[in-house]
Amino acid sequence: MYGSGVWRGLLVTLKHFVATYVDDIRWGFRRRNPAAFPVRQSLDGRGVFTVEYPEEKIAVPERFRFIPFLVVDNYDHPERAGHDWCTSCGICAKVCPPQCIWIVRGSDPDSGRPVPEPDAFYIDIDLCMNCGLCAEFCPFDAIKMDHDYELASYDRTSNHIYDKRRLSKEFRYWQSIAPTIAEQEASARGGWEHKDVLKQKAKDAKAVASEQAE
Amino acid sequence: MTNNSDFLKELHDPELPVPDDMRSSVAVTNLDKLMSTVYNWGRRNSIWPMAFGLACCAIEMIATAASRYDQARFGMEVIRASPRQSDLMLVSGTVTKKMVVPIVRLYNQMPEPKYVLAMGACACGGGPFKDGYNVVGGIDKYIPVDVYVPGCPPTPQALLHGLIMLQKKIDGQSLSNRNSVPWYGRGPSDEATMPVLGPDIIDPRQAHILRRQAGATEQPSEPADTDA
Amino acid sequence: MTEQVPTADTVTPTGETLNVLHKRFKKAVRQDDRDGYDGILIDPARLVEVATAARDELGYDYLASATAVDYLGKGDHLEMVYHLCRTSGGPALVLKAQTPRENAELPSLTGVWSGADFQEREAWDLMGIRFTGHPNLKRILLWEGFDGHPLRKDWREAYYEADQKPFDSRWPDGHVRRAEQDNPYGKNVRYPDGFVLDEYQSTAEDALYADVALGLDVSADLATERVVVSMGPQHPSTHGVFRMIVTLDGERIEALEPVMGYLHRNHEKIGERNTFLQNMPYTDRLDYICSLSNNLGYALAVERLMSLGSRYEPPTYRAEAIRVLMAELTRIVNHMWAIGFLLNDLGAFFTPMMYAVTERELILDFFEATTGSRMMCNYMRFGGVAHDIPDRMRSEASLINDRVRDENTMEYLHKLINERLPRAIDQFDEYLTTSEIVTNRCIGVGVLSTADAIAASAAGPVLRASGVPYDVRRADPYSIYADLDFDVAVRYHGDVYDRYLIRLDEMRQSIRILKQVWPLLMDTGGQPFFAGRGGIYSPRVPAGESYGRVENPKGELGYYVVSDGGQNPRRYHVRAPSFINLTALEQMCKGHKVADVVAILGSIDIVLGETDR
Repeated sequence: MYGSGVWRGLLVTLKHFVATYVDDIRWGFRRRNPAAFPVRQSLDGRGVFTVEYPEEKIAVPERFRFIPFLVVDNYDHPERAGHDWCTSCGICAKVCPPQCIWIVRGSDPDSGRPVPEPDAFYIDIDLCMNCGLCAEFCPFDAIKMDHDYELASYDRTSNHIYDKRRLSKEFRYWQSIAPTIAEQEASARGGWEHKDVLKQKAKDAKAVASEQAE
Repeated sequence: MTNNSDFLKELHDPELPVPDDMRSSVAVTNLDKLMSTVYNWGRRNSIWPMAFGLACCAIEMIATAASRYDQARFGMEVIRASPRQSDLMLVSGTVTKKMVVPIVRLYNQMPEPKYVLAMGACACGGGPFKDGYNVVGGIDKYIPVDVYVPGCPPTPQALLHGLIMLQKKIDGQSLSNRNSVPWYGRGPSDEATMPVLGPDIIDPRQAHILRRQAGATEQPSEPADTDA
Repeated sequence: MTEQVPTADTVTPTGETLNVLHKRFKKAVRQDDRDGYDGILIDPARLVEVATAARDELGYDYLASATAVDYLGKGDHLEMVYHLCRTSGGPALVLKAQTPRENAELPSLTGVWSGADFQEREAWDLMGIRFTGHPNLKRILLWEGFDGHPLRKDWREAYYEADQKPFDSRWPDGHVRRAEQDNPYGKNVRYPDGFVLDEYQSTAEDALYADVALGLDVSADLATERVVVSMGPQHPSTHGVFRMIVTLDGERIEALEPVMGYLHRNHEKIGERNTFLQNMPYTDRLDYICSLSNNLGYALAVERLMSLGSRYEPPTYRAEAIRVLMAELTRIVNHMWAIGFLLNDLGAFFTPMMYAVTERELILDFFEATTGSRMMCNYMRFGGVAHDIPDRMRSEASLINDRVRDENTMEYLHKLINERLPRAIDQFDEYLTTSEIVTNRCIGVGVLSTADAIAASAAGPVLRASGVPYDVRRADPYSIYADLDFDVAVRYHGDVYDRYLIRLDEMRQSIRILKQVWPLLMDTGGQPFFAGRGGIYSPRVPAGESYGRVENPKGELGYYVVSDGGQNPRRYHVRAPSFINLTALEQMCKGHKVADVVAILGSIDIVLGETDR
């Protein structure tokens, strides 16, 4: 029959329309019911599929990648408050496909020898392709991919090159956005601290042990 | 406007006095502010984007318009194929030298007031393809951009955030301030200059630099002035 | 690669072919005996004869890829490389012809395979090889009047910094700089010496219309006026920034010329500056709907090169299973998108699309949880994949109003494969296949015959809808496809309708594959997903060449990679199915109404990121 394609198509839409209201009744007419959200957004979702963005947002999964950030020790850390995890080894700058990372290696003002922390660290987010290779290959777990995607602005000339201050975030933040990954990394390192700190601790413990043995 | 008192607060001119107990029901304002607020409210809730996908970001732009993110909730579902009917150009993706000519032409064809949103790293500043020979490092080199949404690609939620930023920008515009909204003035406003495809892309606004550079190569004794 | 089925075909075809050809062409053909290279070098004067013989006598009827390489400093010649295949299956035969860099000239193979048309134009555009006998040798990706041939090794772009990454300016003394600051124009431009603006006349646009016939058609009884229409680059139905110059006689199409390059973002030039690993995220942005299968093709090409050297470990079985899982899910994503957009083009504006996108979003949720990104997955590595599949797809709230979800990944996948996707595919089938919107607009429109499809190097659903059961997964199996049970979908009419149906068929086959892969993933849980030591960002890639090809949702995606043994490829070429499938567009459209062009284009399913690269 001519025209059947049209009304059959409309039937699908109608079915969906009805399903939306059935689904609504099921959740007690609460459109933004937090308990309903995971079900509606899952494979069982039947009715409306829409996420009403600013009022409800889909939380991004732990592995989500957006602009990178630098991990620093918690600001209330007893010894190393706000200390960079980055040792300015430069691996992230080397693997970065669009070459959007600039690092000034730190040096001791007196001797001029390199020290394991960056003097300056820049990421041009107009170049960054969010590929995550920097975070993947960082041997110190010092650069991580952020989950904050709400970065729209009215101007790019002044604020699209992120400097060290803008990039640094507490280790606690990384733990909060990706707890499982942070835990896996910590167990690979052998503790929650920075790799070098753990190494130093192990060294000290060894020295103490050998002293005691003597 | 979802909340009545919010709307009144926005409408109210802080320099004009209103008794405290009437704040929730009355707003005193001047004509300009009244006009601007009502006008902007209408405008920002009916932004018609142009159907204009450039590259990868266009897929996320379509995803934003589709079922899950549904930009119709912002009155932006009327995606027009013609620039003559659209208010917003979403530059979604890498702008190449070959493409920037049509983009500027389309921009000039859009009726005012018009807005440009640069979506993704490429449209903002060249992105990962910036050093390519056929890539324009940022659409703002040719047309003015209102909102930049970084990311490669920005997720649909990031784009929605950018669109909300654009709504906020429209809210802040005043009918009387002709510096920020030149289109309310008399007469047509200036068109964006069309670039020309030559041996490389030529921006006519830079003709003087080009002539100077050509002069500098012909007479090597004169030091080249590289100050742009 | 991994242990694949030991058929006779896995032996390189060069040897036996060379014997046959040598008898006839004597000294005009010889083995390419450079280290790590394979193939037959041919005297340019006899190239057409050899190609014809390969096609007619040896059965290599399909020109998979044709590309040029610049051997500056290593012989100082340009080399054209042709990969020929048999549509009955088997590995590719490689033919090569060399020409000096100055006045580079080779005979055109368009007379043997019409599919050489665009690829030779690309070689002319980017490498500057002039093809004698080519009917329409114009620039294809750049515009007429562009200065130079940018893929030549001595051609430098305006923002040139160094021949290869990583750049020294980034570390240890990396003071941030935007490239604009070093350019006198503050832009990505560079003009040839002695360029005088005031005498310049742009030829870019005129050249497009140079061969188009305007005016009255006096041959017909009723004199009608020819109209030339430029469709695109901004057009809602060109799937991006594609443009066609269409010559119309009334509503009927007389001639159609595709114009592309509006998204030519120099993938190959940038790829040659990048290290091997750095190219991986760039491949995501080729066919940006199918980033994971693009990754797979590139990983295969580089792994094939790495296997020439010592200390190479092939990917583990689990890695291969994950790769196939990703590639097949990608195929479903792509075909959902393609069908949705085809309906869009047919006039069912955006409604079928909405349903297709819903299913896509659900697959993307899995991609995002596993790889970290919805679209740009950057997931494959040389020797495996970047991460294992997570146990749970869980999220943490970090922004206000964030709503978290937490699901078991394997259960999610199981439900997706066994319930949700089959149901969605059936729904499409039920409501669209017999809908008269689809049947009236599609059946008998844009027919591409079997012979034409092969000659024009069409690939993927376009080729298979024309009755050629050619699928790289079967013809030249890679990964674990040889162990998996699936059918190559074929349809025989070659029209838009068959190209629509074949996508449904392929989605069903993908589901069938996924149902076999899921238990494999369960069995291999906990096994390594990466071969060898992790954390190596500059793998050793021995000198040589390789051509890695996969059956992408849009057709055969090939990567031709030439290595010098250094950190970055000397030549990195992408054989893009969307680009080459367009060769047959004019043929399909001729004689149809102008409204059919969008339907035909929609049925080819192009993505401009790949077409223009």
